[in-house]
Amino acid sequence: MTSSHDDRPIIETLGLSRDFTLREGPLLRRRRRTVSAVRDVTLTVRPGEIVGYLGPNGAGKSSTMKMLTGILTPTAGRVRVAGLEPSRERTRLAARIGVVFGQRTTLWWDLPLRDSLELTRHMYRIPAADHARRLAELTDLLDLGPFLATPVRQLSLGQRMRGDLTAALLHGPELLVLDEPTIGLDVVSKAAIRAFLLRLNAEEGTTILLTTHDLGDVERLCRRVVVIDRGTLAYDGDLAGLRASVPAPRVLVVDLAAPAPPVEVPGGTCVRVEGPRQWLELSDNPAAVIAEITRRHGVADLTLREPDIEHVVAALYRGAVPSAD
Amino acid sequence: MAEPLRTRAPWPLRIYVRLAWTWCRALAQYPASLVLLTVFVSLGALAEMGAVVIVFGHAGELAGFGVAEGLLVYGLSATAFGCADMLMGSVERLGQHIRTGAFDTMLIRPVPPLVLLATDQFTPRRLGKIVPAAAVLVLALVRCDIDWTPARALMLPVLLVSSIALCCAVWTASACIQFVATDARQAANSLTYGGQALTEYPLAVYGREVVRSATFVLPLAFVSWQPALFLLGRPDPTGLPDALRLAPPVAALLMCAVAALCWRAGLRRYRSTGS
Repeated sequence: MTSSHDDRPIIETLGLSRDFTLREGPLLRRRRRTVSAVRDVTLTVRPGEIVGYLGPNGAGKSSTMKMLTGILTPTAGRVRVAGLEPSRERTRLAARIGVVFGQRTTLWWDLPLRDSLELTRHMYRIPAADHARRLAELTDLLDLGPFLATPVRQLSLGQRMRGDLTAALLHGPELLVLDEPTIGLDVVSKAAIRAFLLRLNAEEGTTILLTTHDLGDVERLCRRVVVIDRGTLAYDGDLAGLRASVPAPRVLVVDLAAPAPPVEVPGGTCVRVEGPRQWLELSDNPAAVIAEITRRHGVADLTLREPDIEHVVAALYRGAVPSAD
Repeated sequence: MAEPLRTRAPWPLRIYVRLAWTWCRALAQYPASLVLLTVFVSLGALAEMGAVVIVFGHAGELAGFGVAEGLLVYGLSATAFGCADMLMGSVERLGQHIRTGAFDTMLIRPVPPLVLLATDQFTPRRLGKIVPAAAVLVLALVRCDIDWTPARALMLPVLLVSSIALCCAVWTASACIQFVATDARQAANSLTYGGQALTEYPLAVYGREVVRSATFVLPLAFVSWQPALFLLGRPDPTGLPDALRLAPPVAALLMCAVAALCWRAGLRRYRSTGS
Protein backbone atom coordinates (compact mmCIF):
# COMPACT_ATOMS: atom_id res chain seq x y z
CA MET A 1 0.00 0.00 0.00
CA THR A 2 2.85 2.36 0.73
CA SER A 3 4.84 3.47 -2.25
CA SER A 4 8.49 2.67 -2.53
CA HIS A 5 10.67 5.42 -1.20
CA ASP A 6 13.47 5.11 -3.68
CA ASP A 7 14.67 8.19 -5.44
CA ARG A 8 13.32 7.38 -8.87
CA PRO A 9 10.93 10.12 -9.92
CA ILE A 10 7.28 9.14 -9.99
CA ILE A 11 6.58 11.73 -12.69
CA GLU A 12 9.16 12.66 -15.24
CA THR A 13 8.55 14.72 -18.35
CA LEU A 14 11.05 16.03 -20.84
CA GLY A 15 10.07 18.64 -23.40
CA LEU A 16 6.46 17.51 -23.14
CA SER A 17 4.30 19.22 -25.76
CA ARG A 18 0.81 18.93 -27.12
CA ASP A 19 -0.57 20.71 -30.17
CA PHE A 20 -4.17 20.86 -31.29
CA THR A 21 -5.17 21.45 -34.86
CA LEU A 22 -8.21 23.63 -35.20
CA ARG A 23 -10.26 23.90 -38.36
CA GLU A 24 -11.78 27.29 -38.81
CA GLY A 25 -13.93 29.19 -41.22
CA PRO A 26 -16.63 28.07 -43.64
CA LEU A 27 -16.56 24.54 -44.98
CA LEU A 28 -15.01 25.30 -48.35
CA ARG A 29 -12.37 27.75 -47.26
CA ARG A 30 -11.54 25.98 -44.06
CA ARG A 31 -8.14 26.83 -42.68
CA ARG A 32 -6.11 24.77 -40.31
CA ARG A 33 -4.47 26.45 -37.38
CA THR A 34 -2.20 24.76 -34.91
CA VAL A 35 -2.45 25.80 -31.29
CA SER A 36 0.05 24.52 -28.79
CA ALA A 37 -1.66 23.81 -25.48
CA VAL A 38 1.47 22.56 -23.74
CA ARG A 39 4.95 23.53 -24.85
CA ASP A 40 8.19 22.01 -23.78
CA VAL A 41 7.24 21.19 -20.20
CA THR A 42 10.03 19.51 -18.27
CA LEU A 43 9.02 18.43 -14.80
CA THR A 44 10.21 15.94 -12.23
CA VAL A 45 8.16 14.89 -9.21
CA ARG A 46 9.68 12.59 -6.61
CA PRO A 47 7.75 10.08 -4.51
CA GLY A 48 6.13 11.68 -1.47
CA GLU A 49 5.85 15.19 -2.84
CA ILE A 50 2.68 17.28 -2.86
CA VAL A 51 2.75 19.51 -5.90
CA GLY A 52 0.23 22.21 -6.76
CA TYR A 53 -0.13 22.71 -10.48
CA LEU A 54 -1.47 26.20 -11.05
CA GLY A 55 -2.34 28.38 -13.95
CA PRO A 56 -5.21 30.33 -15.42
CA ASN A 57 -7.97 28.61 -17.36
CA GLY A 58 -6.70 27.47 -20.71
CA ALA A 59 -3.05 27.57 -19.65
CA GLY A 60 -2.52 23.88 -20.30
CA LYS A 61 -3.11 22.44 -16.81
CA SER A 62 -5.71 19.94 -17.87
CA SER A 63 -3.85 18.99 -21.02
CA THR A 64 -0.78 18.20 -18.92
CA MET A 65 -2.84 16.19 -16.46
CA LYS A 66 -4.41 14.26 -19.32
CA MET A 67 -1.03 13.43 -20.78
CA LEU A 68 0.19 12.27 -17.37
CA THR A 69 -2.81 9.97 -16.99
CA GLY A 70 -2.64 8.68 -20.55
CA ILE A 71 -5.90 10.24 -21.75
CA LEU A 72 -4.06 12.39 -24.30
CA THR A 73 -1.12 11.37 -26.43
CA PRO A 74 1.70 13.95 -26.43
CA THR A 75 2.66 15.56 -29.73
CA ALA A 76 6.31 15.71 -28.71
CA GLY A 77 8.51 15.00 -25.73
CA ARG A 78 8.79 12.20 -23.23
CA VAL A 79 6.63 11.37 -20.27
CA ARG A 80 6.96 8.64 -17.67
CA VAL A 81 4.64 8.11 -14.75
CA ALA A 82 5.44 5.39 -12.22
CA GLY A 83 7.92 4.10 -14.76
CA LEU A 84 5.26 3.65 -17.45
CA GLU A 85 4.51 5.49 -20.66
CA PRO A 86 0.97 6.73 -19.98
CA SER A 87 -0.62 6.78 -23.43
CA ARG A 88 0.73 3.36 -24.37
CA GLU A 89 0.30 1.66 -21.02
CA ARG A 90 -2.75 3.55 -19.88
CA THR A 91 -4.60 0.61 -18.44
CA ARG A 92 -1.60 -0.64 -16.47
CA LEU A 93 -0.93 2.87 -15.22
CA ALA A 94 -4.57 3.28 -14.20
CA ALA A 95 -4.16 0.41 -11.77
CA ARG A 96 -1.30 2.25 -10.05
CA ILE A 97 -2.60 5.81 -9.83
CA GLY A 98 -5.79 7.40 -8.57
CA VAL A 99 -7.50 10.23 -10.41
CA VAL A 100 -10.28 12.49 -9.17
CA PHE A 101 -11.97 15.10 -11.30
CA GLY A 102 -13.57 17.61 -8.93
CA GLN A 103 -16.27 18.49 -11.42
CA ARG A 104 -17.47 15.03 -12.35
CA THR A 105 -18.11 11.96 -10.35
CA THR A 106 -17.11 8.43 -11.24
CA LEU A 107 -19.68 6.98 -8.86
CA TRP A 108 -22.92 5.34 -9.92
CA TRP A 109 -25.64 7.92 -9.57
CA ASP A 110 -28.49 5.61 -8.59
CA LEU A 111 -26.57 3.16 -6.44
CA PRO A 112 -25.69 3.40 -2.77
CA LEU A 113 -22.12 4.60 -2.28
CA ARG A 114 -21.14 1.20 -0.89
CA ASP A 115 -22.18 -0.52 -4.15
CA SER A 116 -20.20 1.91 -6.26
CA LEU A 117 -17.15 1.22 -4.14
CA GLU A 118 -17.74 -2.52 -4.44
CA LEU A 119 -17.77 -2.12 -8.21
CA THR A 120 -14.50 -0.24 -7.97
CA ARG A 121 -13.08 -3.24 -6.19
CA HIS A 122 -13.93 -5.41 -9.20
CA MET A 123 -12.58 -2.93 -11.71
CA TYR A 124 -9.25 -2.73 -9.91
CA ARG A 125 -9.33 -6.43 -9.06
CA ILE A 126 -8.66 -5.84 -5.38
CA PRO A 127 -8.82 -8.99 -3.21
CA ALA A 128 -11.95 -8.91 -1.03
CA ALA A 129 -10.03 -8.94 2.27
CA ASP A 130 -7.77 -6.03 1.21
CA HIS A 131 -10.80 -4.12 0.03
CA ALA A 132 -12.65 -4.60 3.31
CA ARG A 133 -9.65 -3.47 5.35
CA ARG A 134 -8.93 -0.47 3.13
CA LEU A 135 -12.58 0.54 3.02
CA ALA A 136 -12.78 0.38 6.81
CA GLU A 137 -9.70 2.63 7.07
CA LEU A 138 -11.04 5.16 4.57
CA THR A 139 -14.52 5.05 6.08
CA ASP A 140 -12.96 5.97 9.37
CA LEU A 141 -10.69 8.70 8.00
CA LEU A 142 -13.24 10.32 5.72
CA ASP A 143 -16.21 9.64 7.98
CA LEU A 144 -18.20 7.86 5.30
CA GLY A 145 -20.19 5.78 7.78
CA PRO A 146 -23.35 7.91 7.85
CA PHE A 147 -23.88 7.81 4.08
CA LEU A 148 -22.39 4.54 2.82
CA ALA A 149 -25.91 3.22 2.23
CA THR A 150 -27.22 6.42 0.60
CA PRO A 151 -27.66 6.56 -3.18
CA VAL A 152 -25.01 8.82 -4.67
CA ARG A 153 -27.60 11.17 -6.17
CA GLN A 154 -28.72 12.10 -2.64
CA LEU A 155 -25.24 12.94 -1.35
CA SER A 156 -24.10 16.49 -0.77
CA LEU A 157 -21.19 17.73 -2.86
CA GLY A 158 -18.80 17.31 0.05
CA GLN A 159 -19.97 13.77 0.75
CA ARG A 160 -19.71 12.86 -2.91
CA MET A 161 -16.20 14.24 -3.07
CA ARG A 162 -15.24 12.05 -0.11
CA GLY A 163 -16.83 9.13 -1.94
CA ASP A 164 -14.88 9.88 -5.10
CA LEU A 165 -11.65 10.15 -3.12
CA THR A 166 -12.34 6.79 -1.54
CA ALA A 167 -13.01 5.25 -4.96
CA ALA A 168 -9.69 6.61 -6.20
CA LEU A 169 -7.75 5.33 -3.19
CA LEU A 170 -9.13 1.86 -2.57
CA HIS A 171 -6.43 0.25 -4.69
CA GLY A 172 -3.69 2.07 -2.77
CA PRO A 173 -2.23 4.14 -5.62
CA GLU A 174 1.30 5.51 -5.47
CA LEU A 175 0.19 8.74 -7.09
CA LEU A 176 -3.02 10.66 -6.61
CA VAL A 177 -3.93 13.15 -9.34
CA LEU A 178 -6.61 15.64 -8.31
CA ASP A 179 -8.25 18.11 -10.66
CA GLU A 180 -9.77 20.88 -8.52
CA PRO A 181 -10.62 18.62 -5.59
CA THR A 182 -12.26 21.30 -3.43
CA ILE A 183 -14.24 23.16 -6.07
CA GLY A 184 -17.65 24.17 -4.78
CA LEU A 185 -17.12 22.77 -1.28
CA ASP A 186 -17.94 24.56 1.97
CA VAL A 187 -15.23 25.50 4.45
CA VAL A 188 -15.73 22.48 6.68
CA SER A 189 -15.60 20.01 3.80
CA LYS A 190 -12.54 21.70 2.36
CA ALA A 191 -10.75 21.50 5.68
CA ALA A 192 -11.66 17.84 6.08
CA ILE A 193 -10.36 16.96 2.64
CA ARG A 194 -7.14 18.91 3.06
CA ALA A 195 -6.45 17.28 6.40
CA PHE A 196 -7.10 13.89 4.88
CA LEU A 197 -4.75 14.49 1.97
CA LEU A 198 -1.97 15.64 4.30
CA ARG A 199 -2.41 12.54 6.40
CA LEU A 200 -2.44 10.28 3.36
CA ASN A 201 0.77 11.86 2.16
CA ALA A 202 2.46 11.66 5.55
CA GLU A 203 1.40 8.15 6.52
CA GLU A 204 1.43 6.32 3.21
CA GLY A 205 3.84 8.46 1.26
CA THR A 206 1.31 8.91 -1.53
CA THR A 207 2.50 11.48 -4.02
CA ILE A 208 -0.16 14.08 -4.74
CA LEU A 209 -0.42 16.31 -7.79
CA LEU A 210 -3.32 18.72 -7.76
CA THR A 211 -4.66 21.56 -9.84
CA THR A 212 -6.63 24.19 -8.01
CA HIS A 213 -7.74 27.79 -8.04
CA ASP A 214 -8.02 27.79 -4.27
CA LEU A 215 -5.25 29.55 -2.39
CA GLY A 216 -6.22 27.69 0.77
CA ASP A 217 -5.49 24.36 -0.93
CA VAL A 218 -2.10 25.59 -2.05
CA GLU A 219 -1.12 27.11 1.27
CA ARG A 220 -2.26 24.20 3.33
CA LEU A 221 -1.08 21.38 1.11
CA CYS A 222 1.59 22.27 -1.36
CA ARG A 223 5.22 22.46 -0.43
CA ARG A 224 5.92 22.91 -4.09
CA VAL A 225 4.11 24.95 -6.68
CA VAL A 226 4.38 24.69 -10.43
CA VAL A 227 2.82 27.44 -12.50
CA ILE A 228 2.01 26.95 -16.15
CA ASP A 229 1.08 29.81 -18.42
CA ARG A 230 0.22 29.70 -22.08
CA GLY A 231 1.56 26.17 -22.23
CA THR A 232 4.99 26.78 -20.75
CA LEU A 233 6.28 26.49 -17.20
CA ALA A 234 6.42 29.90 -15.58
CA TYR A 235 7.49 28.93 -12.07
CA ASP A 236 8.62 25.85 -10.20
CA GLY A 237 9.47 26.26 -6.53
CA ASP A 238 7.91 26.81 -3.11
CA LEU A 239 4.97 29.07 -2.35
CA ALA A 240 6.98 31.67 -0.41
CA GLY A 241 9.32 32.01 -3.38
CA LEU A 242 6.36 32.51 -5.66
CA ARG A 243 4.91 35.22 -3.39
CA ALA A 244 8.24 36.95 -2.99
CA SER A 245 8.87 36.93 -6.70
CA VAL A 246 5.70 38.80 -7.52
CA PRO A 247 4.89 42.28 -6.32
CA ALA A 248 1.30 41.49 -5.40
CA PRO A 249 0.33 43.85 -2.59
CA ARG A 250 -1.73 42.89 0.42
CA VAL A 251 -5.00 44.73 0.71
CA LEU A 252 -6.41 46.33 3.85
CA VAL A 253 -10.19 46.58 3.93
CA VAL A 254 -11.31 49.35 6.29
CA ASP A 255 -14.86 49.94 7.49
CA LEU A 256 -14.94 53.54 8.66
CA ALA A 257 -17.47 54.76 11.18
CA ALA A 258 -18.88 57.08 8.51
CA PRO A 259 -18.39 57.55 4.76
CA ALA A 260 -15.33 59.65 4.05
CA PRO A 261 -13.21 60.77 1.09
CA PRO A 262 -10.43 58.34 0.11
CA VAL A 263 -8.02 57.85 3.01
CA GLU A 264 -4.50 59.07 2.41
CA VAL A 265 -1.85 57.41 4.57
CA PRO A 266 1.82 56.71 3.95
CA GLY A 267 2.34 53.10 2.87
CA GLY A 268 -1.24 52.62 1.65
CA THR A 269 -3.01 53.59 -1.55
CA CYS A 270 -6.78 53.73 -1.66
CA VAL A 271 -7.96 51.75 -4.65
CA ARG A 272 -11.69 51.53 -4.08
CA VAL A 273 -14.37 53.24 -2.02
CA GLU A 274 -17.87 51.91 -1.36
CA GLY A 275 -19.78 53.96 1.22
CA PRO A 276 -17.91 53.69 4.52
CA ARG A 277 -15.80 50.79 3.22
CA GLN A 278 -12.40 51.44 1.60
CA TRP A 279 -9.76 49.18 0.05
CA LEU A 280 -6.09 50.11 0.48
CA GLU A 281 -3.22 48.47 -1.29
CA LEU A 282 -0.30 48.19 1.12
CA SER A 283 3.26 48.83 0.14
CA ASP A 284 4.50 48.95 3.72
CA ASN A 285 4.18 47.29 7.11
CA PRO A 286 0.44 46.92 7.76
CA ALA A 287 0.81 47.68 11.47
CA ALA A 288 2.03 51.21 10.77
CA VAL A 289 -0.75 51.85 8.27
CA ILE A 290 -3.42 50.51 10.62
CA ALA A 291 -2.09 52.64 13.47
CA GLU A 292 -2.16 55.74 11.27
CA ILE A 293 -5.71 55.10 10.05
CA THR A 294 -7.12 54.41 13.50
CA ARG A 295 -5.43 57.60 14.73
CA ARG A 296 -7.07 59.72 12.04
CA HIS A 297 -10.46 58.09 11.57
CA GLY A 298 -13.13 56.29 13.52
CA VAL A 299 -12.74 52.69 12.42
CA ALA A 300 -15.51 50.11 12.81
CA ASP A 301 -13.67 47.12 11.37
CA LEU A 302 -10.45 46.08 9.65
CA THR A 303 -9.53 43.09 7.48
CA LEU A 304 -6.15 42.30 6.02
CA ARG A 305 -6.29 40.31 2.81
CA GLU A 306 -3.38 38.31 1.50
CA PRO A 307 -2.92 38.52 -2.24
CA ASP A 308 -4.79 35.56 -3.62
CA ILE A 309 -3.01 33.08 -5.75
CA GLU A 310 -4.89 34.28 -8.80
CA HIS A 311 -3.26 37.69 -8.46
CA VAL A 312 0.17 36.25 -7.90
CA VAL A 313 -0.24 33.98 -10.87
CA ALA A 314 -1.70 36.76 -12.99
CA ALA A 315 1.22 39.00 -12.18
CA LEU A 316 3.56 36.16 -12.94
CA TYR A 317 2.26 35.59 -16.41
CA ARG A 318 2.18 39.23 -17.23
CA GLY A 319 5.88 38.57 -17.35
CA ALA A 320 6.77 40.39 -14.14
CA VAL A 321 9.39 37.92 -12.96
CA PRO A 322 11.85 35.46 -14.36
CA SER A 323 11.35 31.82 -13.48
CA ALA A 324 12.85 31.03 -10.10
CA ASP A 325 13.96 27.48 -10.67
CA MET B 1 1.90 -14.95 -11.23
CA ALA B 2 -0.41 -17.37 -9.51
CA GLU B 3 -3.12 -16.39 -11.97
CA PRO B 4 -2.53 -18.11 -15.28
CA LEU B 5 -3.91 -16.99 -18.63
CA ARG B 6 -7.05 -18.95 -17.91
CA THR B 7 -8.39 -16.22 -15.64
CA ARG B 8 -6.96 -13.34 -17.64
CA ALA B 9 -8.64 -14.16 -20.93
CA PRO B 10 -12.29 -13.69 -19.95
CA TRP B 11 -11.61 -10.65 -17.76
CA PRO B 12 -13.20 -8.05 -20.09
CA LEU B 13 -16.22 -10.32 -20.32
CA ARG B 14 -16.42 -10.76 -16.54
CA ILE B 15 -16.21 -7.06 -15.89
CA TYR B 16 -18.73 -6.49 -18.71
CA VAL B 17 -21.26 -8.70 -16.96
CA ARG B 18 -20.49 -7.09 -13.59
CA LEU B 19 -20.99 -3.56 -14.97
CA ALA B 20 -24.11 -4.47 -16.92
CA TRP B 21 -25.59 -6.06 -13.80
CA THR B 22 -24.79 -2.93 -11.82
CA TRP B 23 -26.65 -0.77 -14.33
CA CYS B 24 -29.61 -3.12 -14.17
CA ARG B 25 -29.66 -2.76 -10.39
CA ALA B 26 -29.53 1.00 -10.74
CA LEU B 27 -32.47 0.83 -13.16
CA ALA B 28 -34.43 -1.30 -10.74
CA GLN B 29 -34.74 1.89 -8.69
CA TYR B 30 -37.37 2.96 -11.20
CA PRO B 31 -39.30 -0.27 -11.93
CA ALA B 32 -42.42 1.32 -13.42
CA SER B 33 -40.38 3.28 -15.92
CA LEU B 34 -38.44 0.17 -16.89
CA VAL B 35 -41.57 -1.91 -17.46
CA LEU B 36 -43.33 0.80 -19.48
CA LEU B 37 -40.30 1.43 -21.70
CA THR B 38 -39.88 -2.30 -22.31
CA VAL B 39 -43.53 -2.56 -23.33
CA PHE B 40 -43.18 0.40 -25.71
CA VAL B 41 -40.05 -1.07 -27.24
CA SER B 42 -41.87 -4.37 -27.87
CA LEU B 43 -44.80 -2.52 -29.43
CA GLY B 44 -42.36 -0.82 -31.80
CA ALA B 45 -40.84 -4.19 -32.70
CA LEU B 46 -44.30 -5.67 -33.29
CA ALA B 47 -45.22 -2.79 -35.59
CA GLU B 48 -42.09 -3.41 -37.68
CA MET B 49 -42.94 -7.06 -37.88
CA GLY B 50 -46.51 -6.22 -38.91
CA ALA B 51 -45.09 -4.15 -41.76
CA VAL B 52 -43.15 -7.18 -43.02
CA VAL B 53 -46.27 -9.36 -42.92
CA ILE B 54 -48.33 -6.71 -44.73
CA VAL B 55 -45.72 -6.18 -47.44
CA PHE B 56 -45.44 -9.88 -48.14
CA GLY B 57 -49.19 -10.37 -47.76
CA HIS B 58 -49.83 -7.85 -50.54
CA ALA B 59 -46.99 -8.80 -52.80
CA GLY B 60 -47.45 -12.53 -52.16
CA GLU B 61 -43.87 -13.13 -53.10
CA LEU B 62 -40.78 -10.92 -53.26
CA ALA B 63 -37.80 -12.24 -55.21
CA GLY B 64 -39.15 -15.75 -54.70
CA PHE B 65 -39.62 -15.23 -50.96
CA GLY B 66 -43.02 -15.78 -49.39
CA VAL B 67 -44.25 -14.60 -45.97
CA ALA B 68 -42.52 -17.38 -44.03
CA GLU B 69 -39.18 -16.83 -45.79
CA GLY B 70 -39.58 -13.08 -45.43
CA LEU B 71 -40.14 -13.48 -41.70
CA LEU B 72 -37.05 -15.69 -41.52
CA VAL B 73 -34.96 -12.87 -42.97
CA TYR B 74 -36.64 -10.37 -40.67
CA GLY B 75 -36.25 -12.62 -37.63
CA LEU B 76 -32.53 -13.16 -38.25
CA SER B 77 -31.96 -9.45 -38.79
CA ALA B 78 -34.03 -8.21 -35.85
CA THR B 79 -32.60 -10.77 -33.44
CA ALA B 80 -29.03 -9.95 -34.42
CA PHE B 81 -29.53 -6.20 -34.29
CA GLY B 82 -31.53 -6.43 -31.08
CA CYS B 83 -28.78 -8.40 -29.35
CA ALA B 84 -26.09 -6.09 -30.73
CA ASP B 85 -28.09 -3.08 -29.58
CA MET B 86 -28.31 -4.49 -26.07
CA LEU B 87 -24.65 -5.55 -25.95
CA MET B 88 -22.97 -2.66 -27.75
CA GLY B 89 -25.70 -0.11 -28.52
CA SER B 90 -24.46 2.32 -25.87
CA VAL B 91 -21.34 3.01 -27.91
CA GLU B 92 -23.40 5.37 -30.04
CA ARG B 93 -23.34 7.85 -27.15
CA LEU B 94 -19.57 8.21 -27.51
CA GLY B 95 -19.81 11.77 -28.82
CA GLN B 96 -21.96 12.81 -25.88
CA HIS B 97 -19.50 11.27 -23.43
CA ILE B 98 -16.63 13.05 -25.13
CA ARG B 99 -18.42 16.40 -24.94
CA THR B 100 -19.33 16.07 -21.27
CA GLY B 101 -15.89 14.75 -20.32
CA ALA B 102 -17.36 11.47 -19.09
CA PHE B 103 -15.18 9.61 -21.57
CA ASP B 104 -12.11 10.91 -19.73
CA THR B 105 -13.35 9.24 -16.56
CA MET B 106 -13.62 5.97 -18.50
CA LEU B 107 -10.01 6.27 -19.61
CA ILE B 108 -8.65 6.46 -16.07
CA ARG B 109 -9.95 3.02 -15.16
CA PRO B 110 -7.93 -0.19 -15.51
CA VAL B 111 -10.77 -1.59 -17.61
CA PRO B 112 -10.96 -1.52 -21.42
CA PRO B 113 -12.81 1.74 -22.17
CA LEU B 114 -14.91 0.00 -24.81
CA VAL B 115 -16.36 -2.21 -22.07
CA LEU B 116 -17.17 0.82 -19.92
CA LEU B 117 -18.71 2.59 -22.89
CA ALA B 118 -20.74 -0.42 -24.02
CA THR B 119 -22.14 -1.10 -20.56
CA ASP B 120 -22.90 2.53 -19.82
CA GLN B 121 -26.62 2.72 -19.04
CA PHE B 122 -27.02 -0.93 -19.94
CA THR B 123 -30.71 -1.65 -19.91
CA PRO B 124 -32.69 -4.89 -20.05
CA ARG B 125 -35.52 -3.01 -21.75
CA ARG B 126 -33.86 -3.88 -25.06
CA LEU B 127 -35.09 -7.39 -24.39
CA GLY B 128 -38.38 -5.88 -25.52
CA LYS B 129 -36.90 -5.92 -29.01
CA ILE B 130 -35.09 -9.24 -28.79
CA VAL B 131 -37.87 -11.43 -27.41
CA PRO B 132 -40.44 -10.73 -30.18
CA ALA B 133 -37.70 -10.95 -32.82
CA ALA B 134 -36.50 -14.30 -31.52
CA ALA B 135 -40.11 -15.53 -31.37
CA VAL B 136 -40.58 -14.61 -35.03
CA LEU B 137 -37.30 -16.32 -35.90
CA VAL B 138 -38.37 -19.54 -34.20
CA LEU B 139 -41.76 -19.40 -35.87
CA ALA B 140 -40.18 -18.81 -39.29
CA LEU B 141 -37.69 -21.63 -38.79
CA VAL B 142 -40.62 -23.96 -38.10
CA ARG B 143 -42.81 -22.70 -40.94
CA CYS B 144 -40.17 -22.51 -43.65
CA ASP B 145 -39.41 -25.55 -45.69
CA ILE B 146 -35.95 -26.20 -44.29
CA ASP B 147 -34.13 -29.47 -44.84
CA TRP B 148 -32.65 -29.94 -41.37
CA THR B 149 -29.43 -31.76 -42.12
CA PRO B 150 -26.99 -32.02 -39.18
CA ALA B 151 -24.78 -29.43 -40.91
CA ARG B 152 -27.64 -26.91 -41.01
CA ALA B 153 -28.58 -27.56 -37.39
CA LEU B 154 -24.98 -27.11 -36.29
CA MET B 155 -24.50 -24.04 -38.43
CA LEU B 156 -27.55 -22.22 -37.02
CA PRO B 157 -25.92 -21.10 -33.75
CA VAL B 158 -22.72 -20.24 -35.64
CA LEU B 159 -24.71 -18.05 -38.01
CA LEU B 160 -26.53 -16.34 -35.15
CA VAL B 161 -23.32 -15.59 -33.28
CA SER B 162 -21.70 -14.31 -36.48
CA SER B 163 -24.66 -12.05 -37.20
CA ILE B 164 -24.61 -10.60 -33.69
CA ALA B 165 -20.84 -10.08 -33.83
CA LEU B 166 -21.17 -8.43 -37.23
CA CYS B 167 -23.82 -6.03 -35.93
CA CYS B 168 -21.76 -5.25 -32.81
CA ALA B 169 -18.81 -4.46 -35.07
CA VAL B 170 -20.93 -2.18 -37.26
CA TRP B 171 -22.17 -0.35 -34.15
CA THR B 172 -18.65 0.08 -32.84
CA ALA B 173 -17.04 1.08 -36.12
CA SER B 174 -19.71 3.65 -36.88
CA ALA B 175 -19.51 5.06 -33.36
CA CYS B 176 -15.81 5.71 -33.98
CA ILE B 177 -16.82 8.42 -36.46
CA GLN B 178 -17.62 10.42 -33.33
CA PHE B 179 -13.95 10.50 -32.36
CA VAL B 180 -13.53 12.78 -35.38
CA ALA B 181 -16.85 14.61 -35.22
CA THR B 182 -18.50 14.40 -31.81
CA ASP B 183 -21.91 15.36 -33.20
CA ALA B 184 -21.93 12.63 -35.84
CA ARG B 185 -24.35 10.37 -33.99
CA GLN B 186 -26.91 10.75 -36.77
CA ALA B 187 -24.34 9.74 -39.39
CA ALA B 188 -23.56 6.67 -37.31
CA ASN B 189 -27.26 5.90 -36.99
CA SER B 190 -27.63 5.89 -40.78
CA LEU B 191 -25.24 2.93 -40.78
CA THR B 192 -26.66 1.15 -37.74
CA TYR B 193 -30.41 1.66 -37.92
CA GLY B 194 -30.23 2.18 -41.69
CA GLY B 195 -28.31 -1.06 -41.96
CA GLN B 196 -30.91 -2.80 -39.88
CA ALA B 197 -33.72 -1.61 -42.17
CA LEU B 198 -31.73 -2.90 -45.13
CA THR B 199 -31.28 -6.36 -43.67
CA GLU B 200 -34.92 -6.80 -42.65
CA TYR B 201 -35.98 -7.65 -46.22
CA PRO B 202 -34.53 -10.18 -48.66
CA LEU B 203 -31.59 -8.40 -50.25
CA ALA B 204 -32.75 -9.44 -53.71
CA VAL B 205 -35.49 -6.78 -53.60
CA TYR B 206 -32.81 -4.09 -53.79
CA GLY B 207 -30.76 -3.01 -56.78
CA ARG B 208 -27.58 -4.68 -57.91
CA GLU B 209 -25.29 -1.96 -56.51
CA VAL B 210 -26.94 -2.19 -53.10
CA VAL B 211 -26.46 -5.95 -53.07
CA ARG B 212 -22.82 -5.69 -54.09
CA SER B 213 -21.95 -2.99 -51.57
CA ALA B 214 -23.84 -4.77 -48.79
CA THR B 215 -21.81 -7.88 -49.59
CA PHE B 216 -18.34 -6.51 -50.21
CA VAL B 217 -18.19 -3.03 -48.66
CA LEU B 218 -20.28 -3.00 -45.48
CA PRO B 219 -21.00 -6.73 -45.22
CA LEU B 220 -24.57 -6.47 -43.97
CA ALA B 221 -25.64 -9.18 -46.41
CA PHE B 222 -24.12 -11.67 -43.97
CA VAL B 223 -26.42 -10.63 -41.13
CA SER B 224 -29.64 -12.11 -42.51
CA TRP B 225 -29.60 -12.58 -46.27
CA GLN B 226 -26.81 -15.08 -46.76
CA PRO B 227 -27.72 -17.03 -43.58
CA ALA B 228 -31.31 -17.26 -44.87
CA LEU B 229 -30.09 -18.56 -48.24
CA PHE B 230 -27.98 -21.12 -46.42
CA LEU B 231 -30.82 -22.33 -44.23
CA LEU B 232 -33.29 -22.47 -47.12
CA GLY B 233 -30.71 -24.07 -49.44
CA ARG B 234 -31.67 -21.84 -52.35
CA PRO B 235 -29.58 -20.50 -55.19
CA ASP B 236 -28.76 -16.82 -54.83
CA PRO B 237 -31.27 -14.89 -56.99
CA THR B 238 -28.84 -11.98 -57.27
CA GLY B 239 -26.34 -14.19 -59.08
CA LEU B 240 -23.51 -14.04 -56.55
CA PRO B 241 -21.58 -17.26 -55.85
CA ASP B 242 -23.37 -19.71 -53.54
CA ALA B 243 -20.16 -20.21 -51.52
CA LEU B 244 -20.69 -16.77 -49.97
CA ARG B 245 -23.36 -18.20 -47.68
CA LEU B 246 -20.66 -20.06 -45.78
CA ALA B 247 -18.80 -16.81 -45.22
CA PRO B 248 -20.75 -15.10 -42.37
CA PRO B 249 -18.18 -16.10 -39.71
CA VAL B 250 -15.40 -14.76 -41.94
CA ALA B 251 -17.29 -11.53 -42.60
CA ALA B 252 -17.93 -11.16 -38.88
CA LEU B 253 -14.27 -11.66 -38.01
CA LEU B 254 -13.18 -9.18 -40.68
CA MET B 255 -15.69 -6.59 -39.54
CA CYS B 256 -14.63 -7.06 -35.90
CA ALA B 257 -11.02 -6.50 -36.96
CA VAL B 258 -12.03 -3.32 -38.81
CA ALA B 259 -13.97 -2.11 -35.77
CA ALA B 260 -11.00 -2.84 -33.48
CA LEU B 261 -8.70 -0.88 -35.78
CA CYS B 262 -11.13 2.05 -35.91
CA TRP B 263 -11.43 2.02 -32.12
CA ARG B 264 -7.67 1.97 -31.58
CA ALA B 265 -7.08 4.69 -34.15
CA GLY B 266 -9.84 6.75 -32.55
CA LEU B 267 -8.35 6.38 -29.06
CA ARG B 268 -4.95 7.40 -30.35
CA ARG B 269 -6.21 10.57 -31.92
CA TYR B 270 -8.63 11.35 -29.09
CA ARG B 271 -8.36 15.00 -28.13
CA SER B 272 -10.55 15.18 -25.05
CA THR B 273 -12.37 18.43 -24.22
CA GLY B 274 -11.14 21.81 -23.14
CA SER B 275 -11.57 21.49 -19.40
